[in-house]
Amino acid sequence: MLSVSVDALFGTFRLNVNFEAGNETLALLGASGCGKSMTLKAVAGIITPDTGRIVLNGRVLFDSSRRISLPPQKRRCGLMFQNYALFPQMTAEQNIYAGTSRLPESERRKEAESMLEAFGLMDLRGHYPHQLSGGQQQRVALARMLVSRPEVIMLDEPFSALDTHLRFRTEQEVRKVIRDFAGTVIVVSHDRDEVFRFADRIAVMSEGRIEAAGTKHEIFADPKTRTAAVLTGCKNISRAERISDGEIYAADWGIRLSLHMKDYARFAGIRMHDIEFAGDSDGENIFACNIAEVVENAFSFVVMLTPLDAPEGNMLIGWEMAKDEWRKIHSGSGMLRVQLPAHKILQLS
Amino acid sequence: MDLYPLWNSVRIAGISTAIVFFAGISSAYCTAKAPRPVKAVLDVVLTLPLVLPPTVAGYLLLRILGPKRIIGRWFLASFGIRLTMTWWSAIFATSVVIFPLMYRTARGAFESFDETLAHCAKTLGLSDTYIFWRIRMPFCRPGIMAGTVLAFARALGEYGATSMISGYTPGRTATISTTVYQLWRTNDDVLAFKWVMVNMSISFAVLLALNMLETKNKNAVSKR
Repeated sequence: MLSVSVDALFGTFRLNVNFEAGNETLALLGASGCGKSMTLKAVAGIITPDTGRIVLNGRVLFDSSRRISLPPQKRRCGLMFQNYALFPQMTAEQNIYAGTSRLPESERRKEAESMLEAFGLMDLRGHYPHQLSGGQQQRVALARMLVSRPEVIMLDEPFSALDTHLRFRTEQEVRKVIRDFAGTVIVVSHDRDEVFRFADRIAVMSEGRIEAAGTKHEIFADPKTRTAAVLTGCKNISRAERISDGEIYAADWGIRLSLHMKDYARFAGIRMHDIEFAGDSDGENIFACNIAEVVENAFSFVVMLTPLDAPEGNMLIGWEMAKDEWRKIHSGSGMLRVQLPAHKILQLS
Repeated sequence: MDLYPLWNSVRIAGISTAIVFFAGISSAYCTAKAPRPVKAVLDVVLTLPLVLPPTVAGYLLLRILGPKRIIGRWFLASFGIRLTMTWWSAIFATSVVIFPLMYRTARGAFESFDETLAHCAKTLGLSDTYIFWRIRMPFCRPGIMAGTVLAFARALGEYGATSMISGYTPGRTATISTTVYQLWRTNDDVLAFKWVMVNMSISFAVLLALNMLETKNKNAVSKR
């Protein structure tokens, strides 16, 4: 159980975060520079907040009102850095051995040995970091962190240093580590898919603050804020104005939508794959659109649409679907009708 | 050929390098950690001997170490020791002149250190002493070794400040460089040339060693 409530000013950047995490995986999702990594560093004790309190499993790590700030060595917070921070002048084995400093002298060798074994590093034990691949470096970093017996593990952008094609396999390993770990796990990432695969709960961060938090299904189904919607991959977002009780005007798309607007809503959004083909059928929120562009992805098509009665210079609406589906729908005409289902429209502050 | 100047040069260079090794590294470590304005001033002061003519450095040293000056007079009065015109007086001169070489290369090495390594080590429970000796120093070792070699090479060639503070007494304060000057002045061209060759071969060897160190360092960095 980790509870964090800190406030810190670094130059012009203000970090102000409050969150709690039990024995689960919490993801901090945010764009670069939003304070995610800084939050991890504050928990680990590498940076000291101005005010606040950090408590881990009942131990006070930091409390500004009682002038408590444990050094990182005593916090038992494992932190895996983005570049893995392996000690370059030490072999894989020496790196892992360096992580055993909290153990009694008699157990250090044995523990390091069993970590090498568990991470399949026996053959690479004598290699220096620069002789290891990205995935192998990550395994050493994980082993070194776990052998230091942390009570919380924090992973800072764990895959950003790896080539895309390597990530899938390495992810499996990291997921196993997370499953086997008894305490709190915090993963920092800007990648929505990564976050969805890893986390139980998600906290969306922006400009040093947590904007929205919830289970991953809640956050993806109803991001509530514009930043959260963007970070969870919503590409169609328009300013929204209330017309009447059941109708809004999506100003950037130039269309009226039948929708009960919530008080906090300033924007409307719809995910690219939530748009539906309407054919000739009738219903709510159906629009005849011109096809502005068809973009072919490796495994899908994205059709860029502009509603017929939209004013000049409006924002195009992206509609993504599987290749087969587009081939069925596509008639060769430059126009088609789509539906923006009301229950799929995100209302964002 | 009396080999005293060779022995004297090597011992002066060796002792000065040893002194500057510790002084340079500790000042580099302190300035690398100092706040910005302090750093800027310290850096200028510590680098100054690099750009001053050695004769100016020698002059300034004589101003404080000379038998009639503050420190020199005090030493003479208290211990009966003259700080100038002995073989070891050259150590003062040489140390001042080579200090910036050690200081600047060591500072570069310290500044290139990736602080996340230290941060990470702390989260693993490693002590600050361990981090300094087992992580920071090994990382900076190639740079520090290059600085040491460079300082030694320059110390061997020191002439200006040395000749002012130690003078030239054959068999007592003569170094290779002062000997070459003396021999040339007295028209002993053959012997002067021999000493020139001795000096050139030592410098060549030292610089070759420096080059090899740097190549090794570059390889390690590029592979990282």
